[in-house]
Amino acid sequence: MTGQAGKPGLALQLAPGLTVVLLILPVVAGLSGAALPAFGYLPVLGGEHFSLDPWRMLMAQPGIWRSAIFSYLTALAATALSLGLVLGFIGAWSETRLFALMHRALSPLLSVPHAAAAFALAFLIAPSGWIMRLLSPWATGFDRPPDILILHDPLGLSMIAGLVAKEAPFLFLMTLAALPQTQVRRHMQVAASFGYGRLAGFFKVALPQIYPQIRLPVLAVIAYSSSVVDVAMILGPTLPAPLAVQLTHWMRDPDLAMRFAASAGALLQVGVTAAAILTWLAGERLARLLHQRWRVDGGRMAADGAARAGLAAATLILIAAMGLGLVGLVLWSVAGFWPFPASLPPAVSLKTWASALPQLSGPTGTTLWLGLAATLAALVLTIACLEREVRTGRRPHRAALGLIYVPLLVPQVAFLFGLQFLLIAMGLGTSGGALAFTHFLFVLPYVFLSLGDPWRAWDPRYAQIASGLGAGQWRIFWRVRLPMLLAPVLTAAAVGFAVSVGQYLPTLLIGGGRFATLTTEAVALASGGSRRIIAVYALLQMALPLAGFVLATTLPAMLFRNRRDMRPGHG
Amino acid sequence: MSPARAAMALLAVLFLSVPLARAAEPDPADWAGLTAKARGETVYFYAWGGEPRINAYIGWAADQVVAKYGITLKQVKVDDTSSVVSRVLAEKAAGQTSGGAIDLIWINGENFAAMKREGLLLKEGWADKLPAWKHVDVAGKPTVINDFTVPTDGLEAPWGMAQLVFIHDTARLATPPRSLAALLDWAKANPGRFTYPQPPDFHGTTFLKQALYAVAPDRAALSAPVTDASFSAVSGPLFAYLDALHPVLWRSGRAFPQNSAAMMQLLADGETGIAFNFNPAAASNAIANGELPETVRTYVLDGGTIGNTHFVAIPFNSSAPAGAMVVADFLMSAEAQAHKQDPNVWGDPTVLAVGSLPADEKARFDALDLGIATLTPSELGRTLPEPHPSWTTRLEQAWSARYGVE
Repeated sequence: MTGQAGKPGLALQLAPGLTVVLLILPVVAGLSGAALPAFGYLPVLGGEHFSLDPWRMLMAQPGIWRSAIFSYLTALAATALSLGLVLGFIGAWSETRLFALMHRALSPLLSVPHAAAAFALAFLIAPSGWIMRLLSPWATGFDRPPDILILHDPLGLSMIAGLVAKEAPFLFLMTLAALPQTQVRRHMQVAASFGYGRLAGFFKVALPQIYPQIRLPVLAVIAYSSSVVDVAMILGPTLPAPLAVQLTHWMRDPDLAMRFAASAGALLQVGVTAAAILTWLAGERLARLLHQRWRVDGGRMAADGAARAGLAAATLILIAAMGLGLVGLVLWSVAGFWPFPASLPPAVSLKTWASALPQLSGPTGTTLWLGLAATLAALVLTIACLEREVRTGRRPHRAALGLIYVPLLVPQVAFLFGLQFLLIAMGLGTSGGALAFTHFLFVLPYVFLSLGDPWRAWDPRYAQIASGLGAGQWRIFWRVRLPMLLAPVLTAAAVGFAVSVGQYLPTLLIGGGRFATLTTEAVALASGGSRRIIAVYALLQMALPLAGFVLATTLPAMLFRNRRDMRPGHG
Repeated sequence: MSPARAAMALLAVLFLSVPLARAAEPDPADWAGLTAKARGETVYFYAWGGEPRINAYIGWAADQVVAKYGITLKQVKVDDTSSVVSRVLAEKAAGQTSGGAIDLIWINGENFAAMKREGLLLKEGWADKLPAWKHVDVAGKPTVINDFTVPTDGLEAPWGMAQLVFIHDTARLATPPRSLAALLDWAKANPGRFTYPQPPDFHGTTFLKQALYAVAPDRAALSAPVTDASFSAVSGPLFAYLDALHPVLWRSGRAFPQNSAAMMQLLADGETGIAFNFNPAAASNAIANGELPETVRTYVLDGGTIGNTHFVAIPFNSSAPAGAMVVADFLMSAEAQAHKQDPNVWGDPTVLAVGSLPADEKARFDALDLGIATLTPSELGRTLPEPHPSWTTRLEQAWSARYGVE
């Protein structure tokens, strides 16, 4: 080890353990809160003995297996498509001008809330949507929307499209963050000198280095897609609906006996998510075997122009669809009555904005302090864990690392109700602290995900030099490491903040409804179904995370404007 | 109070803090005491927040009660009332018997029935002891004390009336079908132009109930709890009707709008020609908001449509029961009810017997212009009562078993 290794302070020593306990305990406690009623125990509703009746009730629900299998398959399909598109596009186009352009276009899409993205897509592709309006009546002859099933299709194609539109940008940025730690560029140059096409070089040589770095985000995407509620309600099939949507209905059934079946359903949802993840892991093994053969078969695939063009086109379509959808949202937010097949609203007014804006100060303030508190706590703990790693030179065990992602991998509906119950029993039923802590549970994994790799990739020789000049560990941290890593720290903070802003179910359940955020207001108002209001709130919901991302990218440039080598994009 | 009870009460006061709190429970019949106790309280009112007009009306009410009684009224906007019921249930399960998150809920029907059954509401009836109760139209609007046939026992205070109205665009459909049989004929002639929200959505289930009235041989059975016999007597004709209707529905019945808002949007986009809503002023509101064309009008079916009352209730562990009662009283007052019925505000029909009001208060109602697409009370005609809540569950299950899996 180098001269910088030494015994870190007690606080740093304890940081990883503390982090894991803080994350795991509430999830395990919440899950057991769901497990008891799933086996018949919930005295307040007269369930005083353990039984399998809740499972019988669950299995008696029409189409229950179809719902479960649908959730399983769409999660795998959406993840495979998103990952394939992202890797294909990066392989085919990295370090080109097109790539830089797409990079800039994809990043803001991260700050679009899932439900808003789903609405945007729905308005684009529905039979009464914008594409049909632009083509009608002159090309299609329709003066009323045609009666064709596009949204809510039984195969879930529009739902998968909606998921890909949101998950592909996420995986894209995660992959970009992983690239600098690999030797991809040099290896691809070597492959090219042997006559391999770009795609062949990327997939044969670079993929094995990149994939392990993005594996956890991929698993998080599977978990999310298999248990998503809002996107599924807007785009998914309804006869029957995906499992998570069914679950939400049972949780809300005025017939309180359905709570038992809902609890069993929550455990089934955990099973479905776990099955999807296990299938993916099995697929990884198979892919590795096939890859070993394929890698050395000598195929150069030098003429991959068509494939590259296809990948560029697919990415362009994705970005264009989201872009158009967002423009559609803006139009709806100012539209008066907008009949089919008019391509643009005949009357425009700021009425919806004018009535929404005066109501916003309270929810905006709550959103801000919740997001900042959760993000700050997550940053401190993440940095403490990473500092310990860097100073002791010991990387945590893989399993321990996996534990950090438990709140992302266990479906929210499965443990939040149990957690709510526990907090009420502890007298923290409407506590702002408990609410901020719950946000922190979901923020921390993302902060860790975004910050871990840049932190570890930081060149330790800087610290050795500083140490040689007599600087202590903390001085090195404050004066060298933190300033040099400020850009990734702020990006991680922006990602974490965006995650906090988007939380609906935790905010409602843990805060007891007393903490109105932009997202809870948006969901409550969206239940009235007015496209104008949905559009206004979707745009407002995007505004704060977007501001976060803009700050994260411009602050380092401003702070370090007189230090050429610390400007972003340098080194 | 008997001497033994008095002794016990004294013991309780001496030794237990919980009964002490009980002893201080507000008395709705003692108005001066109630308002004194309510002063300075904050009342968290959990109410569906999907309509900005309604939210604005609650905001207006908040301004009034803070000025009149010194009560801070805060609306908690929720997307679904049953999530509020869940919350109270969780609090009860966790042993939180006072200081709960929820002080007042906007509620009716199945949710009320469930809360009453599970003991989640304030124990003693309070609503019928409030001063504003004396003008509530119990005789003319029997649903103000029978919520989906379940006696309210003063556990909830009536807030407004609802009646199912059908909505059509006169520019596309001049004479709409005025019975469910005629609706089926119209749908056959215009395939894909009608649909209803998917049960268990509230409006979807209401459509099933409306159809139930059309086919039921014995309507009285609907007011009693459902039995296998009474259900099988009507399920045959009901499903025969729906079997005939579904193939000619929007998307051939392969997808359904998820709620009434989505159904209204389909009407606005011209995808369908007929929609329905529980708020008689919904169409006028939607026109004013630019959500429906100005050619839209409402109508009711021959033989009447289902009507009901919506209420506010207080959970058993409310942190501000006195304040909640005073707010409920204000919401029932002629001032608040007349403002609410103004279509420029909300357009929600009153629960009061307008004829029994003092002249100056009656004048507030007489001055109202109900809106271009809103029917007058006489045009709305007679309402059909909601069936017993047990029918709702049964209908939803049967629908989902028969049509829920494509």
